[in-house]
Amino acid sequence: MSALSQRPDNPVVGIPLPHESATLHVTGEALYTDDLVGRLTGALHAWPVQAPHTHALVTSLRPEKAYEVPGVVRVLTAEDVPGINDAGVKHDEPLFPTEVMFHGHAVCWVLGETLEAARLGAAAVEVDYEPLPSLVTVQEAIAAESFQGTPRSLSRGDAGAALKDAAHVFEGEFEFAGQEHFYLETHVSLALVDEGGQVLVHSSTQHPSETQEIVGHVLGVPSHEVTVQCLRMGGAFGGKEMQPHGYAAIAALGARLTGRPVRLRLNRTQDITLSGKRHGFHSTWRAGFDDDGHIVALEATLTADGGWSLDLSEPVLARALCHIDNAYWVPNIRVDGRVARTNKTSQTAFRGFGGPQGMLVMEDLLGRCAPLLGIDPIELRRRNFYQQGQTTPYGQEVRQADRLAACWDQVAASGEVARRRAEIADFNRRHPHTKRGLAMTPVKFGISFNLTAFNQAGALVHVYKDGSVLINHGGTEMGQGLHTKMLQVAATALGLPLSRVRLAPTRTDKVPNTSATAASSGADLNGAAIKNACEQIRERLVQVGGGMLGISPHDVRIEDGVVRGLSPASGEVGWNELVNTAYHQRVQLWAAGFYRTEGLHWDPTVMQGEPFKYFANGVAASEVEVDGFTGAYTLRRVDIVHDVGDSLSPLIDIGQIEGGFVQGAGWLTLEDLRWDTSDGPHRGRLATQAASTYKLPSFSEMPEDFRVKLLEKAHEEGAVYGSKAVGEPPLMLAFSVREALREAAAAFGPSGTSVDLASPATPEAVYWALDKARTPQAPEPSDTGAEPVMAGER
Amino acid sequence: MTDPSTPCVTVNGDQVSLTGVATHTTTLDWLRNRGLTGAKEGCAEGECGACSVLVARPGTTSPTEWTSVNACLVPVAALDGQEVVTSEGLGTSTDLHPVQQELAVRGGSQCGYCTPGFVCSLAAEYYRPNREPAPADADGAVCDHEHGPNGVDLHALSGNLCRCTGYRPIRDAAYALGTPEADDAFAARQQKPPPEARPTRIAVDGAEFVRPQTLSEALGLLAERPEAQVVAGSTDWGVEVNIRGRRAPLVVAIDRLPELRELSFRTGHVEIGAALTLTEIERKLNGRVPLLAELFPQFASRLIRNSATIGGNIGTASPIGDAPPALLALDAEVVLASPRGERVVPLADYFTGYRETVRAADELIRSVRLPLPLAPLVGFHKIAKRRFDDISSVAVGYALEIADGTVVRARIGLGGVAATPLRAVATEDALVGRPWTEESVRRAASVLTTEGTPMDDHRASASYRSAMLGQSLLRLFHAHTHREEVPA
Repeated sequence: MSALSQRPDNPVVGIPLPHESATLHVTGEALYTDDLVGRLTGALHAWPVQAPHTHALVTSLRPEKAYEVPGVVRVLTAEDVPGINDAGVKHDEPLFPTEVMFHGHAVCWVLGETLEAARLGAAAVEVDYEPLPSLVTVQEAIAAESFQGTPRSLSRGDAGAALKDAAHVFEGEFEFAGQEHFYLETHVSLALVDEGGQVLVHSSTQHPSETQEIVGHVLGVPSHEVTVQCLRMGGAFGGKEMQPHGYAAIAALGARLTGRPVRLRLNRTQDITLSGKRHGFHSTWRAGFDDDGHIVALEATLTADGGWSLDLSEPVLARALCHIDNAYWVPNIRVDGRVARTNKTSQTAFRGFGGPQGMLVMEDLLGRCAPLLGIDPIELRRRNFYQQGQTTPYGQEVRQADRLAACWDQVAASGEVARRRAEIADFNRRHPHTKRGLAMTPVKFGISFNLTAFNQAGALVHVYKDGSVLINHGGTEMGQGLHTKMLQVAATALGLPLSRVRLAPTRTDKVPNTSATAASSGADLNGAAIKNACEQIRERLVQVGGGMLGISPHDVRIEDGVVRGLSPASGEVGWNELVNTAYHQRVQLWAAGFYRTEGLHWDPTVMQGEPFKYFANGVAASEVEVDGFTGAYTLRRVDIVHDVGDSLSPLIDIGQIEGGFVQGAGWLTLEDLRWDTSDGPHRGRLATQAASTYKLPSFSEMPEDFRVKLLEKAHEEGAVYGSKAVGEPPLMLAFSVREALREAAAAFGPSGTSVDLASPATPEAVYWALDKARTPQAPEPSDTGAEPVMAGER
Repeated sequence: MTDPSTPCVTVNGDQVSLTGVATHTTTLDWLRNRGLTGAKEGCAEGECGACSVLVARPGTTSPTEWTSVNACLVPVAALDGQEVVTSEGLGTSTDLHPVQQELAVRGGSQCGYCTPGFVCSLAAEYYRPNREPAPADADGAVCDHEHGPNGVDLHALSGNLCRCTGYRPIRDAAYALGTPEADDAFAARQQKPPPEARPTRIAVDGAEFVRPQTLSEALGLLAERPEAQVVAGSTDWGVEVNIRGRRAPLVVAIDRLPELRELSFRTGHVEIGAALTLTEIERKLNGRVPLLAELFPQFASRLIRNSATIGGNIGTASPIGDAPPALLALDAEVVLASPRGERVVPLADYFTGYRETVRAADELIRSVRLPLPLAPLVGFHKIAKRRFDDISSVAVGYALEIADGTVVRARIGLGGVAATPLRAVATEDALVGRPWTEESVRRAASVLTTEGTPMDDHRASASYRSAMLGQSLLRLFHAHTHREEVPA
């Protein structure tokens, strides 16, 4: 067992605890960035001027009329930028653009004494545009060869040759939608200037260090003149990894120019129309199977819809390519990936970060091919699982292939899948207008940032003279329970009750150069850094304790705030006494901790290496019921077994699994981003730009019977206290819902029906799928682009 | 104590003046500007519930009922003289309310942003006077996946969105709640009368908010100021203010006019006051109009039903309002009042175009009349992406009478397939006089698919809308003539 993963006796990690802010959440006392505005005097409010074009040149911008609106203080334009007019890290995101790249692009911002004044001021700004042709769909971008960034390919073996020899070959095309994050708290920044024009920005950001850098670039000042703080976020899900920077820069710029606090809080419409989303993808594929249903080869082309700028599209694409295998051994494979440039919001990180998109292609093709192969989809998936010792197409060994099988078998057993499927078959025979389906799908998800440099973290731990402990770390709290876990890690590492440890807000002047709280890595990285800092302090304190107890420092144990020796005869002293003694001995009572993930390497040009520290595993079985009259459905029961290692905080982890699952089900079945793709006057406008038109899962989408278990005895050698990351992987367990809908729709038709299901599988999509299944088929028309067709039967 | 004539609101027990507050200010913004930042803005259109607060409203089965509403939609001026409680007022982190306690310990909050709203919606359900726990030995009788053993109706939370938890722990918290203790101050408050609806006249920066005391006063005001914006629950107007930036020189609140708040069964018809909220009608009817009983749970969310009125749903004349298809099937009539007197218009003649009606600027909808006896075979089918709280792609209301196997009378109301709600007259004709058999119903269903002029939009395709019309009739037939189950 590694030192990093080993737990002491009676650790505080592993205890199920509510969120550390739960009592503040329920009373409304918890403060979010926008809640601070009322505590400041004289704050100005910002409002964007959003272009009513999808692609256009700004030929003239005249702010004069805005200044005639009472309460308007300042109109911010490109001329005001002292540094670099760019909000991204790829220098392709002008903060004040001269070319409108998507419908609603903000061309300038108005600051007002009130939000009302800023709004009316923005309406008064006169802008002339010269409209340009636009590309709205990924198909249009492919046709126009409009791509951005570097295309990537992942390959092993000879897929072309293997497809020639395969017993069964299918091909298909599949385009699926993106997803709006719809964190309940929209983007907010609140900037203040202090002495010398230094800036403090409170920001709802997952990546305070990068927000700090971008603010610095825009203001033309070094990073040490900018501090970014994030108290907590009202949800983020990847949407606040890259996207907050520009808003923070606008607020900071306004604060510098006016000397007053500036609050920029997007309303929901602004947030949805301005900020990036999960990438929708287009894919084409050819898959070969042997007579037993083993995958022998896969060729695919994935085109991510990147929107107008690059943002994180390249790493999202890389992760999609690295996850197209999901849990399955594919001996021969070639996957080509590219990023389309379209006139849409700049698509960005979203829980799973391309992994879900890659895996969806695989799970969709398995669901479509199973009936054509005459193999039960549950059996087809299980048969293709990685075996111990096999490697992924990018060359990393799948070290815990047995865990995936263990999750699968446990779900099958505890979910009584065989018995229930027999009951479902019987139910379906007796109900012509209602059908049920039950599907099982696996998840294998690589943990670590693909870019090796990001796999580092820092922490700062203070022990005060009175024995109380304050921890800082570089991670941000967005609801995922990171801070709860970090308190548990610190209490465990120091041997203290949880009540002695407090956590301070995330600030760039406490822990610098942090990575985004993303890639599910928050607890792994920051937990290890905190543990490192605590162990430095503890190491110094056991020296002091050894002296106090008259024993060897090696024999000093600190547990629940009591310092003892190995033998009861050596007596004990309290933590406070130990700390006070150490202070008077001039022992340093604080420490900076650091962690870098060992053993990672990655060559992005050839897409080979060992990019992940380990894989998170999980399996879900979902049962649905579909109404044949409407396509409406209910999610009757879900069983999940998920591998979080030895959980740091079981209540938090179960919450992440359940929430991720339902969010994934939302993406796959309900949430329906619709852009106007017509040639009409609103071409390129997002039609679903409000909660009334973009529907999130509500209580009605929750599984009626929801049973989530953590895989037991799941110690992870390479991670803090034997735990595993949990944020993203469970989202992909929701493939089971989509596959269950496919099976229920197929049950309306004759046995062996292969169902093509749109994504999201809304009631309408399910209706068309089941209606096609139950309608006697005319001979296939020739242009069956979206159909899996038997390309070569041998 | 402030001067009783000064506009004010009692918030968490403190009386707070409204002097100088702009008339378009929402309750949410007003609370937050006062430092009560528990209520959050998530959508500003009454869809997410993050702004939910409690208002002391007249109850159906107790003098007062703590009623959850979306603070983002209600102008604070409309709460003049009223009592509001926010999450901060229910409890503090050192003295949690039972609802807060259950949500906190069960993992009901992750990011916590939606949580104060859930707390208020759930508190309203906790205090619902007719919430009755299932008997201890009940064999799951009232306990299904939408009702807890403690009588909690999950629909109470249908207007609250959570993006983090997946809802299971929130449901568990809701179902774990007991009943209020004997000394519970909020329960005790429900036994006393609610605040009166007092006359309000607020003028700030040239804009006015007026709450008249009587119908005649309201009608006089409308006659004098035809540009006035009439609001009741403000669930529509609030969206206009927040999302489209509309401002009105004069807003007239009619939601507490006594003449508009009666519900009575009379000879030949049921009279439903236009300013009764959907929740109030649901409770007062208590299942006596089965078609409406089917409609209510599908009408928006509990948060919206607590504010939205039946008169408002007709008055906005949206082609996708949920009540009109049901009311058309019920042959409803609209009673319009003006200084000239009253007139009664069949609802089928009321809508004249997209959001246009026969109502004159100086007229108010006083009530809706449903003729008696009610048709015996009814159904309300709403097609939407989401089961709870969605706007319909298509909605169909049915009221049929079948005698000796033959359809003798048919009324079918449609929403979402034209610029106005409309009756499916051709389909009605195709049913009446014909046998209630699969064959003739299939023929009528194919007629129904051709009614209206459905269009493609982000909610549904035109072809799906048409298909759903026909499918709904088949589903109705099936539900009433077959057991779904066929022998194996």
